[in-house]
Amino acid sequence: MDWIYEPWPWYVSGPLIALTMALLILVGKRFGMSTNLETFCSLGGAGKRISYFDIDVKSRKWGLLVVLGAVIGGFLAANFLSADTSVNITPATVSQLNTLGFESAGHAYLPSELFGEGAWGDIKVLLVLLVGGFLVGFGARYAGGCTSGHSISGISNLQIPSMIATIGFFLGGLFMVHFLFPLIF
Amino acid sequence: MKNFSYLLIGVFFGILMFKSEAASWFRIYEMFQFDSFHMYGIMGSALVLGAVLIRLIKGSGTKSFFGETIVIAEKKKSFWRYAIGGVVFGLGWALAGACPGPIYVLLGAGFWPIVIVFFGAILGALCYGALRSKLPH
Repeated sequence: MDWIYEPWPWYVSGPLIALTMALLILVGKRFGMSTNLETFCSLGGAGKRISYFDIDVKSRKWGLLVVLGAVIGGFLAANFLSADTSVNITPATVSQLNTLGFESAGHAYLPSELFGEGAWGDIKVLLVLLVGGFLVGFGARYAGGCTSGHSISGISNLQIPSMIATIGFFLGGLFMVHFLFPLIF
Repeated sequence: MKNFSYLLIGVFFGILMFKSEAASWFRIYEMFQFDSFHMYGIMGSALVLGAVLIRLIKGSGTKSFFGETIVIAEKKKSFWRYAIGGVVFGLGWALAGACPGPIYVLLGAGFWPIVIVFFGAILGALCYGALRSKLPH
Protein backbone atom coordinates (compact mmCIF):
# COMPACT_ATOMS: atom_id res chain seq x y z
CA MET A 1 0.00 0.00 0.00
CA ASP A 2 3.06 2.27 -0.04
CA TRP A 3 2.06 3.67 -3.42
CA ILE A 4 -0.75 5.60 -1.74
CA TYR A 5 1.81 7.80 0.00
CA GLU A 6 3.72 8.53 -3.21
CA PRO A 7 2.40 10.99 -5.83
CA TRP A 8 -0.06 9.14 -8.05
CA PRO A 9 1.14 8.69 -11.66
CA TRP A 10 -0.93 10.01 -14.56
CA TYR A 11 -2.13 6.56 -15.63
CA VAL A 12 -3.74 6.09 -12.21
CA SER A 13 -4.98 9.67 -11.77
CA GLY A 14 -6.50 10.18 -15.23
CA PRO A 15 -8.71 7.07 -15.18
CA LEU A 16 -9.78 7.90 -11.60
CA ILE A 17 -10.90 11.37 -12.79
CA ALA A 18 -13.00 9.65 -15.47
CA LEU A 19 -14.39 7.43 -12.71
CA THR A 20 -15.26 10.49 -10.60
CA MET A 21 -17.17 11.92 -13.56
CA ALA A 22 -18.99 8.63 -14.18
CA LEU A 23 -19.92 8.32 -10.48
CA LEU A 24 -21.42 11.82 -10.48
CA ILE A 25 -23.44 10.99 -13.59
CA LEU A 26 -24.56 7.72 -11.99
CA VAL A 27 -25.86 9.53 -8.91
CA GLY A 28 -27.85 11.76 -11.27
CA LYS A 29 -25.53 14.79 -11.23
CA ARG A 30 -22.61 16.03 -13.29
CA PHE A 31 -18.90 16.73 -13.01
CA GLY A 32 -18.63 20.52 -12.97
CA MET A 33 -17.00 22.50 -10.21
CA SER A 34 -17.30 26.14 -11.23
CA THR A 35 -21.11 26.34 -10.96
CA ASN A 36 -20.57 26.34 -7.21
CA LEU A 37 -19.01 29.81 -7.47
CA GLU A 38 -22.40 31.08 -8.63
CA THR A 39 -24.11 29.18 -5.83
CA PHE A 40 -21.93 31.06 -3.33
CA CYS A 41 -23.00 34.34 -4.97
CA SER A 42 -26.65 33.30 -4.60
CA LEU A 43 -26.10 32.27 -0.97
CA GLY A 44 -24.59 35.68 -0.31
CA GLY A 45 -27.77 37.36 -1.53
CA ALA A 46 -26.63 38.39 -5.04
CA GLY A 47 -30.03 37.28 -6.36
CA LYS A 48 -31.70 40.32 -4.79
CA ARG A 49 -29.83 42.64 -7.16
CA ILE A 50 -28.94 40.42 -10.12
CA SER A 51 -31.69 38.14 -11.37
CA TYR A 52 -29.11 35.71 -12.81
CA PHE A 53 -28.28 34.66 -9.24
CA ASP A 54 -31.91 34.44 -8.17
CA ILE A 55 -32.08 30.65 -8.15
CA ASP A 56 -33.33 27.94 -5.85
CA VAL A 57 -30.18 27.22 -3.88
CA LYS A 58 -31.60 23.88 -2.73
CA SER A 59 -31.13 22.52 -6.26
CA ARG A 60 -27.41 23.25 -5.93
CA LYS A 61 -26.93 21.68 -2.51
CA TRP A 62 -25.40 18.54 -4.01
CA GLY A 63 -22.58 20.63 -5.51
CA LEU A 64 -21.81 22.23 -2.18
CA LEU A 65 -21.58 18.77 -0.63
CA VAL A 66 -19.08 17.75 -3.31
CA VAL A 67 -17.14 20.94 -2.47
CA LEU A 68 -17.21 20.12 1.24
CA GLY A 69 -15.98 16.63 0.39
CA ALA A 70 -13.14 18.08 -1.71
CA VAL A 71 -12.03 20.19 1.26
CA ILE A 72 -12.05 17.10 3.50
CA GLY A 73 -10.25 15.11 0.79
CA GLY A 74 -7.54 17.75 0.51
CA PHE A 75 -7.09 17.70 4.28
CA LEU A 76 -6.83 13.90 4.40
CA ALA A 77 -4.46 13.68 1.42
CA ALA A 78 -2.10 16.37 2.70
CA ASN A 79 -2.04 15.20 6.33
CA PHE A 80 -2.44 11.43 6.26
CA LEU A 81 -1.78 10.16 2.73
CA SER A 82 1.48 11.83 1.77
CA ALA A 83 5.05 11.04 2.80
CA ASP A 84 6.61 14.01 1.02
CA THR A 85 4.41 16.57 -0.71
CA SER A 86 7.13 18.29 -2.76
CA VAL A 87 6.34 18.08 -6.46
CA ASN A 88 9.03 16.51 -8.58
CA ILE A 89 8.83 18.79 -11.62
CA THR A 90 11.46 18.48 -14.35
CA PRO A 91 14.87 20.16 -13.83
CA ALA A 92 14.26 22.43 -16.85
CA THR A 93 11.09 23.79 -15.22
CA VAL A 94 12.87 24.18 -11.88
CA SER A 95 15.66 26.27 -13.39
CA GLN A 96 13.17 28.44 -15.29
CA LEU A 97 11.23 29.04 -12.09
CA ASN A 98 14.45 29.85 -10.26
CA THR A 99 15.21 32.60 -12.76
CA LEU A 100 11.70 34.00 -12.14
CA GLY A 101 12.51 34.03 -8.42
CA PHE A 102 10.65 30.89 -7.30
CA GLU A 103 13.28 29.28 -5.09
CA SER A 104 10.78 26.74 -3.73
CA ALA A 105 10.43 25.01 -7.12
CA GLY A 106 11.04 21.29 -6.70
CA HIS A 107 10.89 21.50 -2.90
CA ALA A 108 7.23 22.19 -2.20
CA TYR A 109 3.67 21.39 -3.27
CA LEU A 110 2.87 25.05 -3.97
CA PRO A 111 5.34 27.93 -4.34
CA SER A 112 5.98 29.31 -0.85
CA GLU A 113 6.57 32.66 -2.57
CA LEU A 114 2.81 32.80 -3.31
CA PHE A 115 1.18 30.49 -0.77
CA GLY A 116 3.50 30.72 2.23
CA GLU A 117 2.98 32.74 5.42
CA GLY A 118 4.71 35.74 3.81
CA ALA A 119 1.87 36.11 1.31
CA TRP A 120 -0.32 37.99 3.79
CA GLY A 121 2.07 40.92 4.12
CA ASP A 122 2.95 41.22 0.44
CA ILE A 123 0.59 43.43 -1.58
CA LYS A 124 1.93 42.16 -4.89
CA VAL A 125 1.37 38.52 -3.95
CA LEU A 126 -2.12 39.26 -2.65
CA LEU A 127 -2.92 41.02 -5.94
CA VAL A 128 -1.59 38.10 -7.99
CA LEU A 129 -3.80 35.69 -6.03
CA LEU A 130 -6.85 37.96 -6.19
CA VAL A 131 -6.52 38.71 -9.92
CA GLY A 132 -5.75 35.05 -10.70
CA GLY A 133 -8.86 33.98 -8.82
CA PHE A 134 -10.95 36.68 -10.44
CA LEU A 135 -9.95 35.57 -13.95
CA VAL A 136 -10.67 31.94 -13.03
CA GLY A 137 -14.14 32.77 -11.73
CA PHE A 138 -15.08 35.24 -14.45
CA GLY A 139 -13.67 33.12 -17.28
CA ALA A 140 -15.15 29.85 -16.05
CA ARG A 141 -18.65 31.28 -15.79
CA TYR A 142 -18.37 33.20 -19.06
CA ALA A 143 -17.26 30.00 -20.79
CA GLY A 144 -19.96 28.04 -18.95
CA GLY A 145 -17.54 25.64 -17.34
CA CYS A 146 -13.97 24.96 -16.31
CA THR A 147 -11.54 22.08 -16.62
CA SER A 148 -14.02 19.62 -15.11
CA GLY A 149 -17.13 20.75 -16.96
CA HIS A 150 -15.54 21.39 -20.35
CA SER A 151 -12.12 19.74 -20.67
CA ILE A 152 -13.15 16.45 -19.06
CA SER A 153 -16.98 16.13 -19.12
CA GLY A 154 -17.64 18.13 -22.26
CA ILE A 155 -14.94 16.68 -24.48
CA SER A 156 -15.73 13.16 -23.20
CA ASN A 157 -19.24 13.84 -24.45
CA LEU A 158 -17.76 15.06 -27.77
CA GLN A 159 -19.03 18.63 -27.39
CA ILE A 160 -17.52 21.10 -29.88
CA PRO A 161 -18.10 24.08 -27.50
CA SER A 162 -16.01 22.31 -24.86
CA MET A 163 -13.19 21.86 -27.35
CA ILE A 164 -13.31 25.58 -28.19
CA ALA A 165 -13.26 26.42 -24.47
CA THR A 166 -10.36 24.05 -23.79
CA ILE A 167 -8.31 25.52 -26.65
CA GLY A 168 -9.06 28.91 -25.05
CA PHE A 169 -7.88 27.62 -21.63
CA PHE A 170 -4.55 26.66 -23.19
CA LEU A 171 -4.12 29.83 -25.24
CA GLY A 172 -4.76 31.93 -22.13
CA GLY A 173 -2.43 29.81 -20.00
CA LEU A 174 0.37 29.86 -22.56
CA PHE A 175 0.08 33.63 -22.96
CA MET A 176 0.20 34.11 -19.18
CA VAL A 177 3.22 31.88 -18.63
CA HIS A 178 5.29 32.91 -21.65
CA PHE A 179 4.47 36.60 -22.07
CA LEU A 180 3.06 37.90 -18.79
CA PHE A 181 5.07 35.94 -16.19
CA PRO A 182 8.35 37.70 -17.15
CA LEU A 183 6.56 41.03 -16.61
CA ILE A 184 4.85 40.04 -13.36
CA PHE A 185 7.58 38.08 -11.58
CA MET B 1 -28.01 8.53 1.43
CA LYS B 2 -27.96 10.78 -1.64
CA ASN B 3 -26.27 13.57 0.27
CA PHE B 4 -23.74 11.16 1.69
CA SER B 5 -22.90 9.91 -1.81
CA TYR B 6 -22.19 13.48 -3.04
CA LEU B 7 -19.99 14.11 -0.03
CA LEU B 8 -18.12 10.84 -0.49
CA ILE B 9 -17.48 11.48 -4.20
CA GLY B 10 -16.16 14.91 -3.19
CA VAL B 11 -13.77 13.36 -0.67
CA PHE B 12 -12.53 10.93 -3.32
CA PHE B 13 -12.12 13.77 -5.82
CA GLY B 14 -10.25 15.88 -3.26
CA ILE B 15 -7.78 13.13 -2.43
CA LEU B 16 -7.33 12.44 -6.14
CA MET B 17 -6.68 16.09 -7.07
CA PHE B 18 -4.08 16.41 -4.33
CA LYS B 19 -2.31 13.09 -4.92
CA SER B 20 -2.27 13.47 -8.71
CA GLU B 21 -0.60 16.87 -8.19
CA ALA B 22 -3.17 18.39 -10.57
CA ALA B 23 -3.77 20.82 -7.69
CA SER B 24 -0.13 21.93 -7.73
CA TRP B 25 0.72 25.35 -9.16
CA PHE B 26 4.05 23.85 -10.24
CA ARG B 27 2.42 21.15 -12.37
CA ILE B 28 0.27 23.74 -14.15
CA TYR B 29 3.32 25.86 -14.91
CA GLU B 30 5.24 22.81 -16.12
CA MET B 31 2.33 21.85 -18.37
CA PHE B 32 2.36 25.27 -20.05
CA GLN B 33 6.11 24.85 -20.59
CA PHE B 34 5.50 21.47 -22.29
CA ASP B 35 8.23 20.09 -20.04
CA SER B 36 6.41 17.02 -18.76
CA PHE B 37 3.84 14.54 -19.96
CA HIS B 38 2.23 14.30 -16.51
CA MET B 39 -0.74 16.69 -16.92
CA TYR B 40 -1.31 15.72 -20.55
CA GLY B 41 -1.31 12.07 -19.52
CA ILE B 42 -3.88 12.78 -16.80
CA MET B 43 -6.21 14.69 -19.12
CA GLY B 44 -5.68 12.39 -22.09
CA SER B 45 -6.37 9.18 -20.18
CA ALA B 46 -9.31 10.78 -18.37
CA LEU B 47 -10.78 11.77 -21.73
CA VAL B 48 -10.34 8.40 -23.40
CA LEU B 49 -11.88 6.46 -20.51
CA GLY B 50 -14.42 9.24 -19.96
CA ALA B 51 -15.63 9.04 -23.56
CA VAL B 52 -16.00 5.25 -23.27
CA LEU B 53 -17.90 5.51 -19.97
CA ILE B 54 -20.26 8.21 -21.27
CA ARG B 55 -20.95 6.12 -24.36
CA LEU B 56 -21.70 3.10 -22.21
CA ILE B 57 -23.99 5.06 -19.91
CA LYS B 58 -25.84 6.69 -22.81
CA GLY B 59 -26.00 3.53 -24.92
CA SER B 60 -27.29 1.26 -22.17
CA GLY B 61 -30.00 3.66 -21.00
CA THR B 62 -28.82 3.03 -17.44
CA LYS B 63 -30.83 4.73 -14.69
CA SER B 64 -29.03 6.52 -11.87
CA PHE B 65 -28.32 4.65 -8.62
CA PHE B 66 -31.43 6.37 -7.26
CA GLY B 67 -33.64 5.32 -10.17
CA GLU B 68 -33.77 8.62 -12.07
CA THR B 69 -33.37 8.86 -15.84
CA ILE B 70 -29.86 10.07 -16.66
CA VAL B 71 -29.72 13.23 -18.76
CA ILE B 72 -26.34 14.43 -20.00
CA ALA B 73 -26.93 18.00 -21.15
CA GLU B 74 -25.52 19.17 -24.48
CA LYS B 75 -23.55 22.43 -24.45
CA LYS B 76 -25.30 25.27 -26.28
CA LYS B 77 -23.77 25.95 -29.68
CA SER B 78 -21.90 29.23 -29.84
CA PHE B 79 -18.37 30.50 -30.31
CA TRP B 80 -17.54 33.74 -28.53
CA ARG B 81 -18.51 32.83 -24.98
CA TYR B 82 -16.36 29.71 -25.13
CA ALA B 83 -13.43 31.39 -26.88
CA ILE B 84 -13.26 34.58 -24.79
CA GLY B 85 -14.34 32.96 -21.53
CA GLY B 86 -11.87 30.16 -22.18
CA VAL B 87 -8.91 32.50 -22.70
CA VAL B 88 -9.80 34.53 -19.60
CA PHE B 89 -10.04 31.32 -17.56
CA GLY B 90 -6.69 30.13 -18.94
CA LEU B 91 -4.97 33.36 -17.89
CA GLY B 92 -6.22 32.86 -14.35
CA TRP B 93 -5.53 29.14 -14.31
CA ALA B 94 -1.84 29.75 -15.05
CA LEU B 95 -1.53 32.73 -12.69
CA ALA B 96 -3.28 31.25 -9.66
CA GLY B 97 -2.22 27.71 -10.58
CA ALA B 98 -5.59 26.37 -9.56
CA CYS B 99 -8.89 25.71 -11.27
CA PRO B 100 -12.19 25.74 -9.36
CA GLY B 101 -11.92 22.15 -8.01
CA PRO B 102 -8.40 22.36 -6.59
CA ILE B 103 -9.20 25.68 -4.86
CA TYR B 104 -11.27 23.70 -2.33
CA VAL B 105 -8.73 20.90 -2.12
CA LEU B 106 -5.92 23.35 -1.32
CA LEU B 107 -8.08 25.00 1.30
CA GLY B 108 -8.46 21.64 3.01
CA ALA B 109 -4.73 21.00 2.66
CA GLY B 110 -4.12 24.14 4.69
CA PHE B 111 -2.59 26.54 2.14
CA TRP B 112 -4.43 29.51 3.63
CA PRO B 113 -3.61 32.19 1.00
CA ILE B 114 -5.80 30.16 -1.41
CA VAL B 115 -8.67 31.90 0.41
CA ILE B 116 -7.73 35.02 -1.59
CA VAL B 117 -7.97 33.04 -4.84
CA PHE B 118 -11.34 31.68 -3.72
CA PHE B 119 -12.58 35.18 -2.86
CA GLY B 120 -11.34 36.45 -6.24
CA ALA B 121 -13.10 33.61 -8.05
CA ILE B 122 -16.43 34.38 -6.35
CA LEU B 123 -15.95 38.05 -7.21
CA GLY B 124 -15.25 37.05 -10.82
CA ALA B 125 -18.39 34.93 -11.01
CA LEU B 126 -20.37 37.81 -9.46
CA CYS B 127 -19.03 40.28 -12.05
CA TYR B 128 -19.86 37.87 -14.85
CA GLY B 129 -23.42 37.62 -13.59
CA ALA B 130 -23.69 41.40 -13.39
CA LEU B 131 -22.20 42.08 -16.85
CA ARG B 132 -23.70 39.07 -18.58
CA SER B 133 -26.21 40.93 -20.78
CA LYS B 134 -23.47 43.26 -22.08
CA LEU B 135 -21.02 40.53 -23.07
CA PRO B 136 -20.92 38.77 -26.45
CA HIS B 137 -22.06 35.17 -26.17
